[in-house]
Amino acid sequence: MLIKKPSDIKPSEITPEHVYRNRRQFIEDSGKLLLGAAAASTLPSVANAQIGAGLMARAPASMRRSPPAAWWADKFANIKPAPNSAPFNTGESLTPYEDVVSYNNFYEFGMNKGDPSSNSGDYKADPWSVEISGEVAKPGTYNLEDILRPHDLEERIYRLRCVEAWSMVIPWVGFPLADLIKRFEPTSKAKYIEFETLVDPETMPGVRSRFAIVDWPYREGLRMDEAMNPLTLMAVGVYGDYLPPQNGAPLRLIVPWKYGFKSIKAIVKINFRETMPDTTWVDLQAQEYGFFANVNPAVHHPRWRQDTERRLPQTLFSRSRIATEPFNGYGEQVASMYEGMDLSRYF
Amino acid sequence: MQMRKLIKPLVFVLALLPFSVLVLRILQNNLGPDPVQELSLDTGEWALRFLIIALAMTPLRRITNQIEFTRHRRMLGLFALFYATTHLLVWLMFVLEFRWFAIAEEILERPYITVGFIAYLILIALGITSPKFMVRRLGKSWKRLHKLVYVAAILGVLHLLWILRLDIGPAVFYGSLVALLLGYRAWFSFQARRS
Ligand code: HEM
Repeated sequence: MLIKKPSDIKPSEITPEHVYRNRRQFIEDSGKLLLGAAAASTLPSVANAQIGAGLMARAPASMRRSPPAAWWADKFANIKPAPNSAPFNTGESLTPYEDVVSYNNFYEFGMNKGDPSSNSGDYKADPWSVEISGEVAKPGTYNLEDILRPHDLEERIYRLRCVEAWSMVIPWVGFPLADLIKRFEPTSKAKYIEFETLVDPETMPGVRSRFAIVDWPYREGLRMDEAMNPLTLMAVGVYGDYLPPQNGAPLRLIVPWKYGFKSIKAIVKINFRETMPDTTWVDLQAQEYGFFANVNPAVHHPRWRQDTERRLPQTLFSRSRIATEPFNGYGEQVASMYEGMDLSRYF
Repeated sequence: MQMRKLIKPLVFVLALLPFSVLVLRILQNNLGPDPVQELSLDTGEWALRFLIIALAMTPLRRITNQIEFTRHRRMLGLFALFYATTHLLVWLMFVLEFRWFAIAEEILERPYITVGFIAYLILIALGITSPKFMVRRLGKSWKRLHKLVYVAAILGVLHLLWILRLDIGPAVFYGSLVALLLGYRAWFSFQARRS
């Protein structure tokens, strides 16, 4: 079949009609909220273009979450909407909220895509603290409120490309990781940064599985320049709402030019180090997963090709397989970091 | 006697239930955001389940002394073939999207497809030789041929093991069932030879 570039594809080909309707519905919802009911009638016409122009994408009213603690509500009262242009807004149709929060890989809650949303009922994202260690002037264990206090939240609409060859377009809420890193004053020895996910057998049934071949906690890492790149986001929300557990509450990483597994969820530790950290997937299968894991249509996974992707949601009879772009379409912002590197070797 | 006659259609309808549910979900557009993946996993898992259910019939007959079990063995085996065929069609239609030339490459390059394909070929061979006149015609070699069903089950589990990543629970589960059935068979023929 013909493989199209994302820019050739009309939103109507990617998004089935009922999804549009949904989207119109919640745009109307948010329109009513923000502009008053009078203006809402004019809004559906912008729905197909994009959400951005001064309007934050909002979770459907019926699905909105209550704040994990009171201070969260203040933090979320003032979110800067995504701009109308790349790279902080892809300009593509959003994957509906319902799909973003029900189709997840988060093995701590189970192996199937629906497990994280159905098995995370006991999970507590509050209180939360993060341990900062290694090559920094200000190590310590910080509670989340202190971590977030100086940062203003902004919306960023990014493509998320899973290593399993599917992708979504998601409006995250967060702040640049670079701003956070600077506060801890990394030393000159800090060349890499390592992250760890919470392990709590009580509330995470996947961790209790006796047949998991993984050595918990889940670990990921970035090179310092990658961590400092303006695209790299610390997310605390999605669709203008607090992150649900399955999406990595309360604090997760978003690295949009890398495969999704790099964007580690539910972060409890950040360690600055001189050497490249071991990461979970590389430990498990070094032939299949690399430390860099940049989205690359030229390097295939042994079990499937990586040159195309299934943009979700799909229906069986309107499937959109689109071409995968190098660096997930963020080459202009990130390719220079890898100049001179053989990306088929450092995949 | 009348009741007995009802069992066969009942088993047939039950075995068709997972397929009906899938068709319903397709019609209702209720397969989630990634329907191809959902169909592929669901049909694959049912193929393996029916293979194991069919394999369990002989031991169940021996243990319970109920001949009823083996009466449905053939039909259950054919259902395994049916679900495997659906699984293969999903792959051909929605994953490969009828790029026929890609089939050979996929089978040769991806070990998990290779073993799935061999398992499927075995199921086809068993399906073709399942009618009564074939059983009669093949005589002794029919039994030998149909022992390959164990190979198909083992390859099915291997196929699954290759697909799983962080947690191999399901492969351990189905693998233990196949091991149990094989073990019982080995133990039984050992006993039979001794007496
Ligand atoms: C030519 C034959 C076959 C092909 C091309 C094939 C292909 C596939 C594919 C593409 C997947 C999904 C893999 C993934 O998501 O990574 C899959 C999953 C699976 N297949 Fe097959 N398969 C074949 C034969 C079989 C047979 C004969 C059986 C059973 C005896 C089987 C049982 C399964 C199972 C159990 C799964 C995984 C389901 C799950 O994880 O829930 N497959 N197969």
